Amino acid sequence: MRIVVAVKQVPDTSEVRIDEERGTLIREGVPSILNPFDEYALEEALRWRDELGGTVTVMTMGPPQAEAVLREAVSMGADEAVLLSDRAFAGADTWATSHTLAKAVEKMGNVDIVMTGKQAIDGDTAQTGPSIAASLDWPQVTFVGFVRELNQNSIIAERYVEGGCEVIRSSLPVVITVLKDANTPRLPSLKGKMKSRKIEIPVWGREDLELQEDEVGLDGSPTRVVKIRTPEIISNGDIHHGEPEVLAKLLVDSLLGREVE
Amino acid sequence: MNYYLSEELNDIKEICAEIAEKYIIPARAKLDEDNKFPREIIKIMADSDLCGIYIPEAYGGSAEMFGGGSMALAVATEELSKACGGVAVSFAANALGAMPILLSGSDEQKKKYLPDLASGTKLAAFALTESEAGSDAGGVKTRAVKDGDSYILNGTKQWITNGGEAQIYTVIAQTDHSRGARGLTAFIVEEGTPGFSYGKKEDKMGIRASSTMELIFEDCRVPAENIISREGYGFIVAMKTLNMSRPGVAAQAVGIAQGALDEAAKYASERVQFGQRIDSFQGIQFMLADMATQTEAARALVYSTARMIDAGERKYEKESAMAKVFASDVAMKVTTDAVQILGGYGYMKEYPVEKMMRDAKITQIYEGTNQIQRSVIASALIKETAARGK
Repeated sequence: MRIVVAVKQVPDTSEVRIDEERGTLIREGVPSILNPFDEYALEEALRWRDELGGTVTVMTMGPPQAEAVLREAVSMGADEAVLLSDRAFAGADTWATSHTLAKAVEKMGNVDIVMTGKQAIDGDTAQTGPSIAASLDWPQVTFVGFVRELNQNSIIAERYVEGGCEVIRSSLPVVITVLKDANTPRLPSLKGKMKSRKIEIPVWGREDLELQEDEVGLDGSPTRVVKIRTPEIISNGDIHHGEPEVLAKLLVDSLLGREVE
Repeated sequence: MNYYLSEELNDIKEICAEIAEKYIIPARAKLDEDNKFPREIIKIMADSDLCGIYIPEAYGGSAEMFGGGSMALAVATEELSKACGGVAVSFAANALGAMPILLSGSDEQKKKYLPDLASGTKLAAFALTESEAGSDAGGVKTRAVKDGDSYILNGTKQWITNGGEAQIYTVIAQTDHSRGARGLTAFIVEEGTPGFSYGKKEDKMGIRASSTMELIFEDCRVPAENIISREGYGFIVAMKTLNMSRPGVAAQAVGIAQGALDEAAKYASERVQFGQRIDSFQGIQFMLADMATQTEAARALVYSTARMIDAGERKYEKESAMAKVFASDVAMKVTTDAVQILGGYGYMKEYPVEKMMRDAKITQIYEGTNQIQRSVIASALIKETAARGK
């Protein structure tokens, strides 16, 4: 079983400040960590590797310092790591990012599963996982809270959605995005920490992945952030207590008074 | 103080700190209250490769990476003890149980027992103490009588740390009553051996997360190949073990002291009386200053001793005793003062310092009382003085 875990280095808080003029996050002075949701994906990958054999490769796309999260993943037990880094990748949106990650998966070859966290705590889009699947033209199972079965040919996973749980069987290869319900991530081990200092992490750039300039980074990104702002609270709403008949009338009158169609 | 620990020793420290933060601190009050052995936490330590840090690579451990096992064990025990002295001793007692095999066992014994201890698959315990044999090891009454290719053990061991939880026990028994301490022999006894059972579990003042039990031997047949070293060498095996393990108890004491100091300093920075933080009062400042100085001095002595052992020094009985006696007295003093600084809150179970004070007390008592340690130090001193006089 060859499992690839796509991880992201994120600022160590979900409360980063926003540069309103440039429409970007202010990352200066905020320590970076491995995206917490990706830890669940990594743990799931490590568990299945421990059970079925095979390898777990972690990859991330980012600046050279993003290597730190790959080393952290190795200290927890990942076998290999690949850093996708190139000036040309800068400014990528989720489309360009997932396209680049998908190319790396193709370059690795013989990958059975790509796992990633359900979303990153900085962008919060939850798009990259599904988009990797689309780019590879693989099936996808998102929001996985429990992997029931996994073998060389198929996976049966529980997908936790609002109000229920969908049980999905898929052939391999497949992309899954993992929820925190799936497991408790392990701590780094001593042997893992030692390995993480010594392991050589290859860096793949645009040319290594045979990507054109207009497929990556800002040029390859259809998304344009027009404006970014903290929404203002318009109304706090009203809370009424009382008998259902009274409350129903109150609600209807209130809606009619506001000319709701 | 910066002790310039190697990257590998820092790895141990970091992993132990993470285990402490995520698993020990949230559980310690309940483990203490319930007198409950921290099996899950020990399992996490094993998964993080901590159980083999004092065992050579040839037997499944990683001691060489840390330049020997003593500093590795001291760093780990200290870090765990900052959070809970009971959990820490449950971890460290494995080393105490394994030490007779490691220091005096045959290659076959090492190959047979150490890999499982290094991986954490099995736990170990050291059984010397009896109701009438503590400081006076020569008073051991448990008898081992030779019968063909084996020995028949009869007797009761008392206050055995990791008793009932360990699978491998190193047991000191009397094989020749007429010879006192010279008639002792060390045996390896595995859990499940017919005639070997557990007695009562002790209800202790502190380190309540650790298991302390009686071991009962009733016509328990142990093969002669389980003798560590030779018949009649049990006292030497035990003393070598204790000399080696004392820096571990000292490290436990340093950790408990540091944990209490951290709590006291934090509390003093937040608690307001007379309109000011109490750490602005000189009375509190001087207490904290003394606590910090004593803890650092204890740590320096423990690390120096552990580094001396790792460097291959063969004579370290005196230093090992000094580290244990000093660090444990410091732990008692610092935890008592921490309770004092927290005042009424310190006396309550909502805050961790009363437990730290209870945990600290045992470090002055076990693995040789501090009075015995002082005798050891004094006799070494007298010998050195006599040697200089010649």
